[in-house]
Amino acid sequence: MIIAEKKPIEEIIQEVEAYDRILVLGCNECVTVCEAGGKKEVEVLASVLRMNFMAQDREKTIDEQTLERQCDHEYLEEIRDVIDQYDAVISLACGVGVQFAAEKYMTTPVLPGVNTVCLGANEDRGLWTERCQACGACVLARTGGICPVSRCAKRVLNGPCGGATNGKCEISKDTDCAWQLIIDRLKALGKMEDYEKVAPVKDWSTDRAGGPRTVTREDVKI
Amino acid sequence: MSEYVSDSRLERVLKAGHLGVTSECGPPRGSDPEGIKKKGLLIKDHVDAVNVTDNQTAMTRMSSLAACVHLKLLGIEPVLQMVTRDRNRVALQSDILGAASFDIPNMLCLSGDHQSFGDCAQGQNVHDLDSMQLVQTVRYMRDEGKFLGGDDIKRPPRMFVGAAANPFADPFEIRVPRLAKKIACGAEFIQTQCIYNMDKFKEWMRRAVDRGLTEKTFIMAGMTPMKSVGMAKYMKNKVPGMDVPDEIIDRLSGVEKKKQAEEGITICVEHIQELKEVPGVAGFHIMAIEWEEKVPEIVERSGLYPRPEV
Repeated sequence: MIIAEKKPIEEIIQEVEAYDRILVLGCNECVTVCEAGGKKEVEVLASVLRMNFMAQDREKTIDEQTLERQCDHEYLEEIRDVIDQYDAVISLACGVGVQFAAEKYMTTPVLPGVNTVCLGANEDRGLWTERCQACGACVLARTGGICPVSRCAKRVLNGPCGGATNGKCEISKDTDCAWQLIIDRLKALGKMEDYEKVAPVKDWSTDRAGGPRTVTREDVKI
Repeated sequence: MSEYVSDSRLERVLKAGHLGVTSECGPPRGSDPEGIKKKGLLIKDHVDAVNVTDNQTAMTRMSSLAACVHLKLLGIEPVLQMVTRDRNRVALQSDILGAASFDIPNMLCLSGDHQSFGDCAQGQNVHDLDSMQLVQTVRYMRDEGKFLGGDDIKRPPRMFVGAAANPFADPFEIRVPRLAKKIACGAEFIQTQCIYNMDKFKEWMRRAVDRGLTEKTFIMAGMTPMKSVGMAKYMKNKVPGMDVPDEIIDRLSGVEKKKQAEEGITICVEHIQELKEVPGVAGFHIMAIEWEEKVPEIVERSGLYPRPEV
C-alpha cells in the first residue's frame, strides 16, 4: 500500500491561514491503514485546527468528511454538491488523491495534509517500511524476492557494495543491507548459483526516468 | 593477458609479471591545482600509476577527470576513478571519452560512498548503472567500439579497466563469488580495500586462487598506513566495511604517541613484505591518506623501488 505520514501541524496551519471555510477530507484506503489520513486522523486534525483558531478568536468553519477513495472519480463526486461551501480542502489522501481532487475541482485550492512516503508494508505495530519503487520492470524473480531497487540505498543490482557491515547498510545501522537479505533468501531457496548471474544494465525507461507513466487496457475500457 | 589493451604503464608492469605499485591522490576542495600536482610529483618515481579519487566520501571536490589531466601533463600516469553515484550513463560515457581524449589509460569503476556521508546529504543520487555495469560499459566501448546505445564510437577509449574489491565486507562467503562476477564483467585489475586483517585477506586470496581468478585479473592489495592509534580506532569503528583487528590497535597503543606514525609505517611495510609472498598478489595499492610524502619511504622499505623499466 501507499505509506504516508502526517505533515507537521504548524505547516498545515500556515497553509490554511488565509481561508475561513475549510473541509478536511480523509480517505478510507491506504492512509487509513497506515493511520495518517483516515476518519480518525480527520477528526484529530479538524479538532486541532478549531482549537488553534478559537485560541486566536478567529471564526472559521472546519468540516470533516472521509471518502471511500480519493483516487476514484466515483467517490470524489460525493463532494461536488458541497465543494462550493469551502474556500479550501485539506486532503489527507496520498499525493494521488490530492491531485485527483484538485483536477476535479479546478477553482478550489486542495492542500496536502500528509507527506506521501513510499510503497510499503506494515511491518510491525507503528512501523511501515518501503518495499517497492514502482520501477515498472520487476526484477524480484532474479533477486530471491527481495527488491534491490527499493531496499538498497544505491539501487545496486549486482550487490552488495563494499559498505555493508554485519548485514547492515552503510547509511545506518538500523537499515538492513538488501543484498544480505537477498543472499540469505537465495541460500534458503537453495539458489545461490543465481547470485553469480550478472544483472545487465537496467532499462529505466519504465521508471520515473521515462516520464509520467500510464497503463492502458483496451480489454477493460468501456 | 599478453596483448596490451591500452597505453597504460600499469598494464605493462603487471603483464610483465612485476609487482605493480599504485597510490592515490584526492583532488582539492577548490580550483587551485597546485596541491594535487605537488602530491603527484612527490610520488611520481615510486609508483606506476596514481588513482585520482572521484568526490570521495561524497564531499564535493575538483573533478577526478580534471585532476587526472593535471597529473598527466606532468608525466604522471593517472587511474581515473569514476563512481556511479553522481552521473547517469550519458555523463559516464561522455566523461570516459573526455578522459580518453587526454589518453588517460586507466580507469577504476566504483559505486561511491552514499551521499549522506558528504556535504550534499540532501542531494539525489543517480545509480543508473552499478559498478559492475560500469565495468561492462567501458569494456564495451573499448572492445566493441560502440556506445551503449549501439552507435559506433570514432576513436574508442583505450583503457585498462579496474574495479575494487572488499575482502572484508559482509557476508564473507560471497566475497570471492562477487570478485568472480566483477571479473566476468571485465575487470582487468582489482584494487582491494585497506588490509589489516591479514588472515582474512589470505583466506580470501586462497579462495580466489583456487577458483582460478588470479589467472584472469591482477589483484593489487590495498595498504593504508596508520598515522596514530586514534586513526586506527576511527577506521575500525566508523569506516564502512573496514576490518581492523585489535592487535593493530594494541601495537600502536604500545608505543609513545609521537612514535605511532613511524610504527604505522613499519606495520604497513611488514604487511607488504608478508603479502609479497602470498600467491596471487600482483601488486600494492598504497593509499596514504593526506600523507603522500610517506609513499616513497614505504615503497623503498618494502623493496619495491626502483620501479621496473617496461
